[in-house]
Amino acid sequence: MADISANFLGIKSPNPFWLASAPPTDKKINVLRAFEAGWGGVVWKTLGSQVKNVSSRYSAVNYNGSRIMGFNNIELISDRPLDINLREIEECIRLFPDRAMIVSLMADNTRESWHELIAKVEDTGAHGFELNFGCPHGMTERGMGAAVGQDPEIARMVVEWVMEKATIPVITKLTPNVHSVVPTGKAAVEAGTNALSLINTIQSVTGVDLDTFVPNPYVAGKSVFGGYCGPAVKPIALKFLATISQDPTTRQVPISGIGGISTWKDAVEFMLLGATTLQVCTAAMKHGFRIVEDMCEGLNNWMDEKGFATINDFIGLSVPTLTHWEDLDINYHHVAHINQDKCIHCGLCYIGCEDTSHQAINLSYGKPYNTYSIKEEECVGCNLCQLICPVEQCITMVEQRKGDEYLNWKDFQRLGLALNDH
Amino acid sequence: MSIQNNRLAPEAYERNFSDVHPPFDKKEAALVEANRCLFCYDAPCMKSCPTSIDVPKFIKQITTDNLKGSAHTILQSNIFGGGCSRVCPVEKLCEGSCVYNLMHEAPIPIAKLQRYATERAIAEKWQLFERKPSTGKKVAIVGAGPAGLSCAHALSAQGIDVTVFEKEARGGGLMTYGIAAYKVTPRFCQDEVDFITSLGGITIEYNRELGRDMSIPQLQDGFDAVFLGIGVGLARQLGIPGEHLDGVVDAIEFIYNLRSTSYSQVAVGDRVAVIGLGMTAIDAATQAKRLGATEVTIVYRRTQEEMPCTQVELDLAMLDGCRVLWLAAPKEVLGADGNVTGLVCSEMELGAADSSGRRSPVETSRTFALDVDMVIKAAGQMPFQSLVDAAGLENKGGRIVQANGATSVARVFAGGDCVNGGREVVDAVQAGKDGAAAILDYLRATEITSPDTAMEPSAFNNLAPALPDLS
Ligand SMILES: Cc1cc2nc3c(=O)[nH]c(=O)nc-3n(C[C@H](O)[C@H](O)[C@H](O)COP(=O)(O)OP(=O)(O)OC[C@H]3O[C@@H](n4cnc5c(N)ncnc54)[C@H](O)[C@@H]3O)c2cc1C
Ligand SMILES: Cc1cc2nc3c(=O)[nH]c(=O)nc-3n(C[C@H](O)[C@H](O)[C@H](O)COP(=O)(O)O)c2cc1C
Ligand code: SF4
Ligand code: SF4
Repeated sequence: MADISANFLGIKSPNPFWLASAPPTDKKINVLRAFEAGWGGVVWKTLGSQVKNVSSRYSAVNYNGSRIMGFNNIELISDRPLDINLREIEECIRLFPDRAMIVSLMADNTRESWHELIAKVEDTGAHGFELNFGCPHGMTERGMGAAVGQDPEIARMVVEWVMEKATIPVITKLTPNVHSVVPTGKAAVEAGTNALSLINTIQSVTGVDLDTFVPNPYVAGKSVFGGYCGPAVKPIALKFLATISQDPTTRQVPISGIGGISTWKDAVEFMLLGATTLQVCTAAMKHGFRIVEDMCEGLNNWMDEKGFATINDFIGLSVPTLTHWEDLDINYHHVAHINQDKCIHCGLCYIGCEDTSHQAINLSYGKPYNTYSIKEEECVGCNLCQLICPVEQCITMVEQRKGDEYLNWKDFQRLGLALNDH
Repeated sequence: MSIQNNRLAPEAYERNFSDVHPPFDKKEAALVEANRCLFCYDAPCMKSCPTSIDVPKFIKQITTDNLKGSAHTILQSNIFGGGCSRVCPVEKLCEGSCVYNLMHEAPIPIAKLQRYATERAIAEKWQLFERKPSTGKKVAIVGAGPAGLSCAHALSAQGIDVTVFEKEARGGGLMTYGIAAYKVTPRFCQDEVDFITSLGGITIEYNRELGRDMSIPQLQDGFDAVFLGIGVGLARQLGIPGEHLDGVVDAIEFIYNLRSTSYSQVAVGDRVAVIGLGMTAIDAATQAKRLGATEVTIVYRRTQEEMPCTQVELDLAMLDGCRVLWLAAPKEVLGADGNVTGLVCSEMELGAADSSGRRSPVETSRTFALDVDMVIKAAGQMPFQSLVDAAGLENKGGRIVQANGATSVARVFAGGDCVNGGREVVDAVQAGKDGAAAILDYLRATEITSPDTAMEPSAFNNLAPALPDLS
């Protein structure tokens, strides 16, 4: 059995799965249920000046009958009184001393407000802070949340204020509503943050009601841009995470990965790209806390299979394989191959390649079943067909190198090699 | 032991004749299945549908909340798409070739989805088709069955004025009078006919029989073209002693009664033998059982290998508690006081394969007797031989011979069971479409070759009042 426990800046948790700062962590009753279910830690719902929410608050994107491929919210930070939050945080820590308790903060934009909030929260015995520089709605209009995270200089200043006062580890949570998360990440690290977490939600409009013509979520005939999360944002989150893991400054601090994590496999991908702990919100909101069981078991089985004893053995392992386009090997070539024994004759590979790729699949008519085969000389190896094919391992890509030696685009140009002629 | 009606309580009849393939309860249920569809290209299901319904397209349209588009996709290929979704033997058509079968997974329930997509269209009479302005051309159609009405709809859509002559009091043909009651209700059949005629340009004259009330030459006189969709007639005679006894009944007649009166009025024996193992035999057997017969035995002269019905149908009969005697051929009906008391059968064995590779049954010297009080004949239906002969139509044993929809008699076209000898509704619908296409081609051709005689609408309008004199 592998050891799946995490040690993040000295904050220990029996597994690396934390609940992200959001409704699942906004009061004692939820957090205790989460700990009972087995979550390794929580990031308490963001505290700051008390706010008021509207309804409705959520909307979603469904895909081919699957509900909540993407999730969207227009909620603000905690709308409960600060003293109740603090009392409940303290109780949770007392009842589950082995779990990580991070408290998310978003104070008003003055040094005094931050210092005051930090002092109050530290009194609860919390293990760390997460600075919410990411909320894309409601708070930005007040100069907080993403408004801080989008400007590296403001972020630097706030992190400096926080570091003056905080005696426990500080994680800065980054907003993805920027062209690159690196400048703000760098500023935060330079200002002394102990760790980074990402991503917060992405500004979005999930849809427009075709009867009322009002986008959703619907609030009395109006809507606003919301924050998008859930499985749909995972690829974007991974990309931002990778850039933080690549940058020489930001890679110096541990990272807590967030954005669309629903299964142990998603979690492992985040870890391979540099995350030490994983935060989950939407998946828990959709399925309840019980999903953590398979996350732990799946991670454990995978680590055993791969021979990893602790999570530190593979965190960041995939980062070096992300390179620059100009460094890719142009001599690497592969072509599609259809296993006729597995093929169910759905024709999907054919129509994809024929209509939109390289007319590299041959259709031989049959009633009712056509037969499909690859014209290897036409196949460019894009693997569209393999992605489309509904049968696992039916289409495989077979390596057919164009040359033995590694050849990148720069060399290709330098050698004056021939481009495509059709 | 006797043949009696009113064997069951009303609730039992209700239960026994309720929908065998109930529809989806909810939109969500339909969506789960619709979303499983892979949206195959040049889809095997579409190729396996005699009317070539674009199955992946209509299923996709269910998932995009375009139910109107979905119904249109189905009905433009098959105007009986609603009825077909209830009666087609899909296990050997679309669903039988669904690619999921090749993964050993349950196929997409195409028929059930098709029913889902068409149900509201028919119930609420959505106007999905628009009729072109009248061309003044007139076509007579004989028979308001699937072939006739499919032809009528296709022609009327192109602006042809269609008059349908039907010998029964209601439309739908065997859909209304022949198909098992647990597949379609009379109400549905009526709604379907109304839906088809709601296009406009189609007049159905009920209780008007070709051969009795009119002749083909008279129709040729009154119309630019004639389409025959008269189906086939009663069950084949057994040609064995005792066939005249009370209690030997024709499956078609038996089912006709069941479809046109209330179940409690239909008499059935205690112990019933059904001869044959086609669709009709299965329907007669299961419905005899559902009317309250205590024992139903299907007598079939070949083996399960050769059976004409599908496994799904056989299972239906078996689940109803019907028994099948394989390799048994009726030899004599026994009687007492003019009533059936038994059926003597010969034991058969399979002989050499014929040219089609099918082994024919050969009689052995062994016989056995079944203790029965009713014998239902369901060994194939007989074409309307004398009617067809009298009209001078070239035929094979009563089955009208046609080429590209046209018969040997000028301006007379035909399709459906009367040509193929008795297949499925969906084949008849396609035959109606093909007939309509052939008629349109013919009308267009005559328009070009003899413009002055063919195209003057008023000339044809004047012919219409001549019809009432036809009898
Ligand atoms: C018992 C039974 C069960 C069946 N079950 C199924 C099933 O489950 N699924 C399936 O797909 N198919 C089934 N079939 C077959 C299907 O019903 C036929 O293939 C289909 O109805 C043929 O259509 P049609 O229009 O050619 O003929 P019909 O449906 O027979 O229509 C012919 C019409 O012409 C009328 N007509 C006949 N003679 C004259 C005349 N001289 N003058 C005026 N009108 C006339 C008739 O009254 C009738 O309305 C079944 C058939 C039978 C007998
Ligand atoms: C309803 C809702 C409320 C949220 N509130 C907060 C918040 O108060 N503070 C914060 O830092 N992030 C908040 N988030 C963002 C989540 O913590 C998380 O970053 C984001 O949902 C991405 O993770 P996921 O894809 O697992 O949901 C909220 C998300 C949701 C859905
Ligand atoms: S890999 Fe691309 S080009 Fe080759 S057959 Fe598949 S879709 Fe066509
Ligand atoms: S997509 Fe796969 S299963 Fe479908 S036809 Fe192509 S190879 Fe066969």
